[in-house]
Amino acid sequence: MVRFQLDINNSKHTVEVAEGTSLLWVLREHLGLTGTKYSCGIGQCGACMVHIDNEPMRACLLQVDNYADGQKIKTIEGLSKNGDHPVQKAWIEAQAPQCGYCQTGQIMQAVALLETNPNPTREEIKSHMNGILCRCGTYLRIIKAIELASKTPTSIEN
Amino acid sequence: MVQTKTEISRRKFLKSSSGVALFIGISGILPQLISCKDPNKIKEQLAQQPLTAWVKLSEDGLITIYNPAAEMGQGSMTSLPLIFAEEMDADWSMVKVEFSPQESEIYGSPGWAPGSKLMFTVGSRTTNSYYNVMRKAGAQARYVLMSSAAKHLEVPIEELTTSNSHVLHGRTNQKINYGALIPFLEMPESLPDFSEAELKNPKDFKLIGKDIPRTEIPAKVNGSAMFAIDIRLPEMVYGVLERGNLHGSKPKLTNETEILAMDGVVRIIPLDYAIGVVAKTLEQALSAKKSLKIDWSESKASGHNSQEIYSTYEKIASQKEKGKVIFEIGDVAKAKRTAAKTYAVDYKNDYVYHAQMEPLNAVVQVAEDGGSAEVWVGSQQGMDTKLGVPKILGIAPENVNVHLQYLGGGFGRRSMNDFVEECAYLAKEMTPLPVKLIWTREDDVTYGAFRPLSLQRLTASTDYKGNITSFSHAVVGDGGNLVASAVANDHYDIPNQFAEWREASNGIRLKHWRAVGHGPNKFAIECMLDEIARDQGLDPLDLRRKLMAKAPRALATLEKVAELSNWSTPSDNGRAKGMAFVEHGSLGTGVCEISVDRSTGIIKVHHFWIALDAGVVVQPDNVKAQMEGGIIMGMSSVLKEQITIVNGRVQQSNYHDYNLLRMQDVPDSIETVILESAEVPEGVGETATPMVACAIANAFLRLTGKPLRHLPFSPERVLQALNS
Ligand code: FES
Ligand code: FES
Repeated sequence: MVRFQLDINNSKHTVEVAEGTSLLWVLREHLGLTGTKYSCGIGQCGACMVHIDNEPMRACLLQVDNYADGQKIKTIEGLSKNGDHPVQKAWIEAQAPQCGYCQTGQIMQAVALLETNPNPTREEIKSHMNGILCRCGTYLRIIKAIELASKTPTSIEN
Repeated sequence: MVQTKTEISRRKFLKSSSGVALFIGISGILPQLISCKDPNKIKEQLAQQPLTAWVKLSEDGLITIYNPAAEMGQGSMTSLPLIFAEEMDADWSMVKVEFSPQESEIYGSPGWAPGSKLMFTVGSRTTNSYYNVMRKAGAQARYVLMSSAAKHLEVPIEELTTSNSHVLHGRTNQKINYGALIPFLEMPESLPDFSEAELKNPKDFKLIGKDIPRTEIPAKVNGSAMFAIDIRLPEMVYGVLERGNLHGSKPKLTNETEILAMDGVVRIIPLDYAIGVVAKTLEQALSAKKSLKIDWSESKASGHNSQEIYSTYEKIASQKEKGKVIFEIGDVAKAKRTAAKTYAVDYKNDYVYHAQMEPLNAVVQVAEDGGSAEVWVGSQQGMDTKLGVPKILGIAPENVNVHLQYLGGGFGRRSMNDFVEECAYLAKEMTPLPVKLIWTREDDVTYGAFRPLSLQRLTASTDYKGNITSFSHAVVGDGGNLVASAVANDHYDIPNQFAEWREASNGIRLKHWRAVGHGPNKFAIECMLDEIARDQGLDPLDLRRKLMAKAPRALATLEKVAELSNWSTPSDNGRAKGMAFVEHGSLGTGVCEISVDRSTGIIKVHHFWIALDAGVVVQPDNVKAQMEGGIIMGMSSVLKEQITIVNGRVQQSNYHDYNLLRMQDVPDSIETVILESAEVPEGVGETATPMVACAIANAFLRLTGKPLRHLPFSPERVLQALNS
């Protein structure tokens, strides 16, 4: 067992786990940050999407060892205080989620898009979001939500 | 108005900060009011009396309404409480929704057997089966509030009205909030058993039929929505099972000592069909699972090859002897003898997998004394509301407490509670530690319970005018109703019809998959109609118009979608449109527009249009969402998804080899028009999905002149069809 110190959502968290443990299990099972989801474990679905130093990354593919050096990890819980990030608001306005299981990953991926490209075209949205699966088939509403959010001027400041 | 006498001594309520529960009985059941300060007291009361407790009111006006159905994205967390609130005249902004306890005697809706009650979120039955239950209970809650207000104000109840969580007395200009009535609440001598006519006139609905945002969506966008997989408890241990990829095979573990010596492993628990490992952490459990060395026995599925079995199925379809008759009207044989023309076509479909995004999981904790248990689960519930746990644990059902969580997708997979039972086995061994059982995605795919592979042999006859005089449908496959449902054509005026099921059993685990038999069977039926129309030189729209002449509601959906999709104007740019009609409770006709890349065999769906008659629609925007999701899931299964089996072994294991539709493949639009209706609400969750296969194949036929008769329409199969 090894002690790791992680910087998650702007606060320090310590865990003691075996080397090589996936960041996803650390977040979910050891730290209780369960908004990040497990669905495939092999990088195919994007349910586990988090930001590391502002880059969208799949937590299931990462080993905790490599992210305990001051890298800034952001999960859905750290996206906004009251669930009112412009992307989250747009998601509610579009009534995007159905079962909801994939949606936190979708939102993290969408935020990453709008942070670098505040006015994406539909094709850019589709290709950026293509890696995140939704079995309930909410894709059209996700596109709508991203288009709504991209019209919100504050979307990149939050 | 029928009055139900309240025989229980009337109670005054205690003022309590935690609110008051109005236990409102549905017809014939005794109503009672009790304080909800003490949850045990509520449970006690519920155990003693067959009461129905739907709502909790507190003095600040907050109203908690209980949802008895599973929430898997279909919106029950909003639609059912909304129906209740409508009749109660509750201020929706003050309503909070919680899952009800899982007690079917109290919270069930009318089941399939007369007089039975059921909590089972399947078959798109939720809104339909709870509509009257919730309306009546809401009206009774309102009545209790009004009669208490009448006493308190010393005015006749007839002079009172309600609006937006207030009782109003017009003559004296008085107005009391529901919450302020708590100190004066009293159970009336008797409670009206409201008949439909005594409930609100749908014209006066303020909530039903309006676009009210879904209650649970904020929690689903901030990550706080709890799925069972998110449950964490003190001292919780983790269970995983290795089940292999040959269904029905029995395991023999050959390296037990080695596994037990691994870090964190606390127990090995063999089941009949799997080896279970319990460890302190999930990662330890998973790494032990990877290291298991198991000898697997052969099973009934051994030797089954899914892509070769069709030749056997064809032989079964050709046998003289009929199978089990599912549906019969008129005399098909006679119609065929006098026919001007007959048709015979086979349609096939491969196995498909549910792929709900949350892998199966559960958390179970057995109490130290073994006398009670807690279960956290995302389940579509079941005939047994306690999900099989009492029997496994030897605990009385009333001492098994099921805490229903959000479902990360159901689609029929979570109406089978094998995963809950497994967790109960592990938890029993680990008493009193809570056990979280997780299926990996690989477990979920390889030990899936699939929509059966089947063959549909359709034959039809026409008279010299081109009218369809007979239609018969033989389904060959495993799983009874799973393959043989949705073969009757009630909305088509075909005088002679025959449908039968011929069994073929392969030892593969099978389960309801969204829309069940509708998927393969509507595919066959609706494609057959278009093949006949083409042969007869008829427009598929005109053919269906004729067939629906005696089914005005179905016909209205056809006419509407024809208008919406501009059916009569031919598509340009190498595109074509195809249509399909589906009844699954609600009635819907869908039209899609496609194009095909003739070099790759890839079909692109550009638009989908749907006209739907679902009776009264409680949440229109949510119904549209169900149509959108249903179409996308349908497209995914029709264009991408396939489970194959070689010598009994499932060949796929995760999303890299079981492909789902991704965002790049979505149509430009899915447009739904909901037809106005005052009829009872019908289910909408499974109406869109079965439209997709036939609408696409029918568009393909019009575009290329070639039929597609085998699901999924993989690029290889499309190329094959094009070159045929
Ligand atoms: S769980 Fe990480 S990509 Fe699927
Ligand atoms: S909302 Fe259910 S998987 Fe996306």
